[in-house]
Amino acid sequence: MKQYVIIGGGVAAVSCVDGIRSRDPEGKITMICGEGRTAYCRPLISYCLKGKSDFGKIDYRPESYYIQNRCKLVYQKAVKIDPIKQTVTLEDGEALPYDALCAATGSDPIVPPFEGIDTVSAKYGFLTEADARALDGAVKPDSRVLIIGAGLIGLKCAEGLCGRARSVTVCDLAPRVLSSILDDTCAGFMQKKLEEHGVTFLLSDTAVRFDSDNAIMQSGRTVSFDILVLAVGVRANVSLIKDIGGECGRGIIVDDGMRTSIENIYAAGDCTEGFDASLGERRVIAILPNANMQGRTAGVNMAGGSELLTNLMPMNAIGFFGLHALSAGSPSGQAHERKTDAGIKRLYIRDGYLSGFILIGDITGAGIYTAMIREKTPLSSVDNELLLTLPSLAAFSEQRRRKVLREVV
Amino acid sequence: MGIDFIYPEFEVKRDRERCIACRVCERQCANCVHSYDEESGLMLSDESQCVDCHRCVSLCPTRALKIVKSDCALRENANWTTDAINEIYKQASSGGVLLSSMGNPKPMPVYWDRILINASQVTNPSIDPLREPMETRVFLGKKPDRIKREGDELCCELTPQLELSMPVMFSAMSYGSISYNAHKSLAIAASKLGILYNTGEGGLHEDFYAYGANTIVQVASGRFGVHEKYLEAGAAVEIKMGQGAKPGIGGHLPGTKIGSDISRTRMIPEGSDAISPAPHHDIYSIEDLRQLVYSIKETTGYRKPVIVKVAAVHNIAAIASGIARSGADIIAIDGFRGGTGAAPTRIRDNVGIPIELALASVDTRLREEGIRNNVSLVVGGSIHSSADVIKAIALGADACYIATAALLALGCHLCRTCQTGNCNWGIATQRPELVKRLNPDIGSERLINLMTAWNHEIKELMGGMGINSIEALRGNRLMLRGVGLNGKELEILGISHAGE
Amino acid sequence: MKRVFVDEQWCLGCHLCEYNCAYANSGADSMVKALKDRQIFPRVRVEDTGKITFALSCRHCSDPICVKGCISGALSKGTDGAVRIDRDKCVGCFTCILLCPYGAVMAGEGGAAIKCELCLENACGAPACVAGCPNRALVYEERG
Repeated sequence: MKQYVIIGGGVAAVSCVDGIRSRDPEGKITMICGEGRTAYCRPLISYCLKGKSDFGKIDYRPESYYIQNRCKLVYQKAVKIDPIKQTVTLEDGEALPYDALCAATGSDPIVPPFEGIDTVSAKYGFLTEADARALDGAVKPDSRVLIIGAGLIGLKCAEGLCGRARSVTVCDLAPRVLSSILDDTCAGFMQKKLEEHGVTFLLSDTAVRFDSDNAIMQSGRTVSFDILVLAVGVRANVSLIKDIGGECGRGIIVDDGMRTSIENIYAAGDCTEGFDASLGERRVIAILPNANMQGRTAGVNMAGGSELLTNLMPMNAIGFFGLHALSAGSPSGQAHERKTDAGIKRLYIRDGYLSGFILIGDITGAGIYTAMIREKTPLSSVDNELLLTLPSLAAFSEQRRRKVLREVV
Repeated sequence: MGIDFIYPEFEVKRDRERCIACRVCERQCANCVHSYDEESGLMLSDESQCVDCHRCVSLCPTRALKIVKSDCALRENANWTTDAINEIYKQASSGGVLLSSMGNPKPMPVYWDRILINASQVTNPSIDPLREPMETRVFLGKKPDRIKREGDELCCELTPQLELSMPVMFSAMSYGSISYNAHKSLAIAASKLGILYNTGEGGLHEDFYAYGANTIVQVASGRFGVHEKYLEAGAAVEIKMGQGAKPGIGGHLPGTKIGSDISRTRMIPEGSDAISPAPHHDIYSIEDLRQLVYSIKETTGYRKPVIVKVAAVHNIAAIASGIARSGADIIAIDGFRGGTGAAPTRIRDNVGIPIELALASVDTRLREEGIRNNVSLVVGGSIHSSADVIKAIALGADACYIATAALLALGCHLCRTCQTGNCNWGIATQRPELVKRLNPDIGSERLINLMTAWNHEIKELMGGMGINSIEALRGNRLMLRGVGLNGKELEILGISHAGE
Repeated sequence: MKRVFVDEQWCLGCHLCEYNCAYANSGADSMVKALKDRQIFPRVRVEDTGKITFALSCRHCSDPICVKGCISGALSKGTDGAVRIDRDKCVGCFTCILLCPYGAVMAGEGGAAIKCELCLENACGAPACVAGCPNRALVYEERG
């Protein structure tokens, strides 16, 4: 009986179990849940703050899932891998043997070495359930909240806290919000929406020093706060693999079958650096759908399968207060843009293929664009004019529509 | 013309309480009666365009619509009816011949409704069709006068016959006057039912050759779409001399309806008017007709029965007698209530005679002359029900032709504006977006349902009379009685009055 | 499993499916009550380019990518093969709209995503769009 060990207890880990079980109903699976709990939907933590969800229903799978799949849960951290003996050592010193190992270690928040950060009493991260619970307990109607970082995590946190605190201020060294995902125009739409709901932005400016409940900004101004949220960014958790000589970039480098450079060790999810098919380069694509797909592929291959995942790419669904920005692929090539007061539609075309897009406001049928990038649909095979206006199956050949509408897909 | 003298005939009644402004009515009305006003969020109507076809009424999901006859009336006049006055207005405005569609709607006598059917009581047993076999199959064609045997074997020489599972066929409607999908519905239904449908004079679309065994191909005065393969494709060939809705005149399918498919099928240039002359220019006598009948038989190797179709006119008995001697195998007679895709109103409403009287007199005449077996008789022109079929057979018909009833089954609401080509039910139109409204899967199913129901009823009615075969009912006028008919009518019909 | 299949040849673009869908999923006992003077949020959408028209709803894919990408676990594929959405769990992030290759997931009233659940979860028990289609452009059947 084969022994599988999965380091990590998130979405990629659960999908890895799915993958293993799709081929091997017998093998022994051990999941090392370093966060002290089973997998949950991390992106929901901001919705818990907002009251749109609650901590009671964020489990990614019910408890019964782990029993049904005979998945042994270990609530410890993994401290070391021995690739020769093929064991994983836990905090308590126990060494778990494996035939196939999957590193689904996720990422950790980056905490820059701010001067005086130790003097801040109410400081929080915003990545885990524990972070969110702590923040949820601390925030009061008269709290002034300062969030460092206007990335997705910082802004979702700001949205979640809106209306729950006296003020919410977000600062970022970048000149716009969501700077790694959106350009100025698109970022402007999202920023405006948050501002309409009372979020204050300090952009091209960030805290350089803290003095108990004051942040001294690069611009020289001082921002007083009651609660500080650090959302500067995350870093893939590569150390376990790196320590044993596994190839790593910004993440653990994996091939299309999720194999690392070390035999019988796979990796999946936010900790990996995979191949972005839309860009043609390796990069960390830390999004939930990819964690799911990578985890599954890793699992299948760990159990002796030969599945390849060749169409990974960034896909982001960002929404604040009912304004949604959906994007996928890479913003490279020739841009086609239609802009209205309510939103924007921008498609990027490169070498006769759709390479990326962003829709803000009207997001109807966005997935049709996503699929065109993923499946590399030549634009010559579709009605471009219609497609640029409206993502619709009507723009595809009759044969293609027939397949979708009259067959099982 | 500055003033429109004619007030719209119909009113669109929209129940505002029920209307959810889904705009289905708007999307489904080819006459553009309904529109949506964005500003008020209300549906509006332009009733002047309404033809009362009930497409919107049928599709309205909340039953918020009804179409009623306008009560805006001219002063009542038993002599000058509103219709008569409006027709004057129309002609004074247009200077043209009035055009109409479908059958004569005037309140002329319907003899079927004055005839009652017999049933067995006490002295002769009726038959239960659920328990006993009933034969509704008929064979159309010339029958031998005598049965000859050699030993136990029949040795009659039989000319080609058409076999029908029941005594009803779909009569001629051309591809052009009706849509591709209407034709397809008829073709599918006929082949599944084991009966026949008729191409009319529009030729046979290449897609429908597959249904040839259940197709009657027509040869009419315009000879549209007639070629050797066409004649070979059908189970029988029908020479159309006349049509009940417009005896004595030809036909005219406007060029606007001659699209590429129809042009190919009719073998005429796209966009050209398809004009069928009033007479066949090569037929001025029974002898001429005989030449055409035999030309067709020669061409088809004497393997197909030839039908001659005529309109019921005053001297129909003598005409039929002539046709029965022309070599034709079947005579089809179309009564004055028969439908049409377009006919001059005056002709439709004033020319021809009722099919009941025509049938009775033809059957009588052919019997008297001893030539009844030369031909089978098929009658049409407003057969409304299975009871009409029974009555027609008892009066002497071998089978009936139905067309209006078939179109009703397909969804026709008898709005009688086929001539506009805007049929909202996808039947009498060539506009692709309207044609697609008739899914032949549904259409053929409905036709099959209708015919299946009629066949059940025919069996019930026969059973009641103690008759278990259509053959035994044919010409059995003792099974009929008239009510409220005068002596002359009864004499022509060859039936006794009820109570006699 | 039985799915809704679409024959665009027969679609009239009448949009009745959308209204029948919205009504079926409203829980109301009359269409008028359910839909009058309201914006409707159907789970089937008629696409009409003037030339091509068809009604599109969830294909209930064999390997649904919407389920893989759902951040809240609201989307799931049941043992019967139907892809369902738990509206209670859905937070309206619309990753599913971003992922569905056919444009068959929509934004519903109140910000949650909606999609066809074949009327298995409402009083109809079978797709109302199919039942109400006047031209059999929609059929509900098993296909291989």
